[in-house]
Amino acid sequence: MYIIKRFFTMLVTIWVITTLTFIIMHSIPGDPFASDADVLPEEVLENMRAKYNLDEPLPVQYLLYLKNLVMLDLGPSIQSETRDVNTLIADGFPASALLGIQSLVIALIFGLILGIVAALNHNGIIDYLSMAFAIIGISIPSFILAPLLIKYFAVDWGLFPVASWGTWLHTVLPSLALATAPLAIVARFMRSSMLEVMNQNYIKTADAKGLSTTGIVIKHGVRNALIPVISFIGPLAAFLLTGTFVIEKIFAIPGIGKYFVDSIFNRDFPVILGTTIFFSTILIITLFLVDISYRIVDPRIKLTSKGD
Amino acid sequence: MSRLLEVEDLQVSFKTYGGEVKAVRGVDFYLNQGEVLAVVGESGCGKSVTAQSIMGLLPKKVSRIKGGSVTFEGEEILGLPKKQMQAIKGSKIGLISQDPMTSLNPTMMVGKQIAEVIKKHTDIAKNQIKVRVIELLAMVGLPNPEQRYSQYPHELSGGMRQRVLIAMAISCDPQLIIADEPTTALDVTIQAQILDLLKDLQKSLDTSIMIITHDLGVVAEVAQRVAVMYAGVIVESGTVEEIFENPDHPYTWGLLNSIPKYGSGEKDRLIPIQGSPPDLFAPPTGCPFAARCEYAMEICVQEMPDKKRTSETHHARCWLNDPRAPLVKDLISAGRAE
Amino acid sequence: MIERSNDNVLFRPIDRSRFNQEELVRPSLSQWKETVLKIVKNKLAVLGLILLVVITFFAIFGPHMVSYSYSDQSLTTRNLPPSSDHWFGTDALGRDMWARTWYGARISLTIGVAAAVIDLILGLLVGGISGYMAGRGKIGDRVDSILMRIVEILYGIPYLLVVILLLVVMEPGLWTIILALSITGWVGMARIVRGQILQLKEQEYVSAAQKLGTPHRKIIWRHLFPNMIGIIIVNLTFTIPQAIFAESFLSFIGLGVQAPIASWGTMANDALGVILTGQWWRLFFPGFLISLTMFAFNVFGDGLQDALDPQAKD
Ligand SMILES: Nc1ncnc2c1ncn2[C@@H]1O[C@H](COP(=O)(O)OP(=O)(O)OP(=O)(O)O)[C@@H](O)[C@H]1O
Ligand SMILES: [Mg+2]
Repeated sequence: MYIIKRFFTMLVTIWVITTLTFIIMHSIPGDPFASDADVLPEEVLENMRAKYNLDEPLPVQYLLYLKNLVMLDLGPSIQSETRDVNTLIADGFPASALLGIQSLVIALIFGLILGIVAALNHNGIIDYLSMAFAIIGISIPSFILAPLLIKYFAVDWGLFPVASWGTWLHTVLPSLALATAPLAIVARFMRSSMLEVMNQNYIKTADAKGLSTTGIVIKHGVRNALIPVISFIGPLAAFLLTGTFVIEKIFAIPGIGKYFVDSIFNRDFPVILGTTIFFSTILIITLFLVDISYRIVDPRIKLTSKGD
Repeated sequence: MSRLLEVEDLQVSFKTYGGEVKAVRGVDFYLNQGEVLAVVGESGCGKSVTAQSIMGLLPKKVSRIKGGSVTFEGEEILGLPKKQMQAIKGSKIGLISQDPMTSLNPTMMVGKQIAEVIKKHTDIAKNQIKVRVIELLAMVGLPNPEQRYSQYPHELSGGMRQRVLIAMAISCDPQLIIADEPTTALDVTIQAQILDLLKDLQKSLDTSIMIITHDLGVVAEVAQRVAVMYAGVIVESGTVEEIFENPDHPYTWGLLNSIPKYGSGEKDRLIPIQGSPPDLFAPPTGCPFAARCEYAMEICVQEMPDKKRTSETHHARCWLNDPRAPLVKDLISAGRAE
Repeated sequence: MIERSNDNVLFRPIDRSRFNQEELVRPSLSQWKETVLKIVKNKLAVLGLILLVVITFFAIFGPHMVSYSYSDQSLTTRNLPPSSDHWFGTDALGRDMWARTWYGARISLTIGVAAAVIDLILGLLVGGISGYMAGRGKIGDRVDSILMRIVEILYGIPYLLVVILLLVVMEPGLWTIILALSITGWVGMARIVRGQILQLKEQEYVSAAQKLGTPHRKIIWRHLFPNMIGIIIVNLTFTIPQAIFAESFLSFIGLGVQAPIASWGTMANDALGVILTGQWWRLFFPGFLISLTMFAFNVFGDGLQDALDPQAKD
């Protein structure tokens, strides 16, 4: 059955990325404690190496890591004595998830509306304006947009807090900065999907039935145009996720994205390894769910067949 | 017999990249109550565009009705406000479209798609609609109508889909059914079944049908009257007998020659009409068929012939019917027709 | 009106040979000419192309137009706004922003084009082999299915994460970024190429050529390649800006080219702190140019896609 097969592909993908990440991380020459070697006595270093399993041969380390991973333990951090990778992720996840989901919702709702309106006004003024907005939205990277939003909306006009995290007001600017490009992409995608659907024969049939224009657009147009957009949510989620790295950094939001970028900066390998696996898993699960729901929504595709 | 539909001098153009396509260039025909009219002609001659203009289905942005009138039940319906037209579409005029494979919404149960029409145009109680739909599905000869109700188009064969579309078209007891090549996309055995179904329904529901086709076999089977269309004009029209036994237009002759004849003892050759229809971007000023006509005369390329009446019901647009024209048999003996 | 006195002439059978001459065939343009014409008609696409040419021009000649180099520091000229001396102003180390911005353009464009070309080559190879082998007996199908399984798994891996990982462990630099971007980037192209080849193989002329025993190389160059050029070029116009975007993103999170080399991403990152102090030029020039480049590639790519689409609407 398709779901089961797809599920195993998902597991294999997660395993591949774990292995890949592990190999990449351990291919770095040298010792992560090299900088401490001068100041710390040899026994302490030995202890620390033991703590991180660095005294074992690589294959053993790998198996140990996999074993811990299966038990959902991503291991300790090098930078922080007290917070292991699990705690770090638990700390950062709520903020990141809120930011990501809020942006996804903004991008989807407004993107879809914009795309539908543009398609219905094909080659009209609204169409041109929406598409102008969309193409500009796609062209401006979020790390350029975010500082601009901060400068105008927060600093100059004082409408929102400048940075950091806390109240809902804090989430507005980062969500907007993060959502703009995906919104624009969704709008363009929906517009072309809608244009294609509205050209189909069954729309003519619906028209010949004497249905009202709104009825045709919603029941026959939008419903069919939405289906390809669903399959687009996967890449969109990936886009948002990488977006959170810069947005959380710029707005000083204590999310996983920020920890991830910090860990890159500090070369805190266990954290990089752990968060990468975490991110990948989330994305791969999203892709899986999107794929399944796509097949549920579209009656033409059976869950039992492969049907690529 | 009263007039149900009358189309006069209908002209429709499309805006395209290459310029204006004059798809329909002055079409006249009428349809009486309870009658079956066949519109025949080659692909691209404007049959579907004519049908769509009657129902107000032309794509608004690219098409333009340049003139003419369409009278339905004594009322002008060309350019009727959207709301009023919506009340007629699906209820008084039903459409069976050319392509059953793509004319149903792929993500909606077929039963629901029929129920929609009934809900829109009648005040049948909600819980009765489904009963009525299943009844309709049975009427058009779908086996297991209850199960079919909740199937999706891709689960049905082409012939079944066409039956669903027919059920949809007759669901509100329309006065007129426009069937745009209802059998072209189907294979031969199914074609015959669908035609039989249409004939039966026409009798039992007492509606009128305008059937569009390029198959004269279909015409002979179902229609009482025929309109022959070529390059956006009706070149000849008459009763089936008149057209089959006494055709007045060389294009009709050509069409008749291109259907296989059975039982005539010898195996008749199938003679296709040479050449192709004119460019609708710049249609010729004269008779559009002149370039392919074996009997073309000088005047044919200069001036469009008028409608010439040979009986109450029989008209043709051809210079050969002009008293000044030479007799066709002279033309043939002069070696024109090979 | 027709002269009635000429009736005899008018009703004389016509000389049919004239129809043959009149049957002027609409001049059928070659597909390439038609594509070019369609693009030229699309004003936005033309604008995109012009912008790309201009940006490339300045990326090549811009740094040489001023006497400063991108890395010359100067304590006396720190944080100057744009002036006749420093056209785009200077940064916190007194470096000339004009020189840095156009030098950054060079870096960004190089990365974009190089990564896209490597993607293209790898994608053509893998996708091509896979698509060509599919349906050629047991071994062919085996090859295809193994390659596609690999592609499928790689496709599910979030590529920027892999790029980040690679950059964390590799020596930072221009070629490292290009390498990291292309290690993951070719997968999309491989899928497109394979799909395209499978589709083309269905075409009669290709299967006929195969049956006639035309050598593989000839089939590939005569039939497959020319028919894929369109989609490949369109894809390039989308992968190049993607790579440029990825580079600026990576530079922004500190994994890009290393100082003193400038790229638009590192410049935007440097400017983050100072935007609030009113030194707008620090963010504006690199930010505007990234956006403009994205815009130019996007509209040009869209135009190209529409022009190559045989059933383009509108
Ligand atoms: N939306 C449109 N835009 C431009 N031209 C159109 C459009 N719809 C129809 N036409 C043109 O109008 C002419 C008549 O088309 P129509 O669909 O009526 O042909 P038809 O007689 O129904 O042919 P067929 O037997 O193939 O269905 C054709 O030349 C076609 O190219
Ligand atoms: Mg038609």
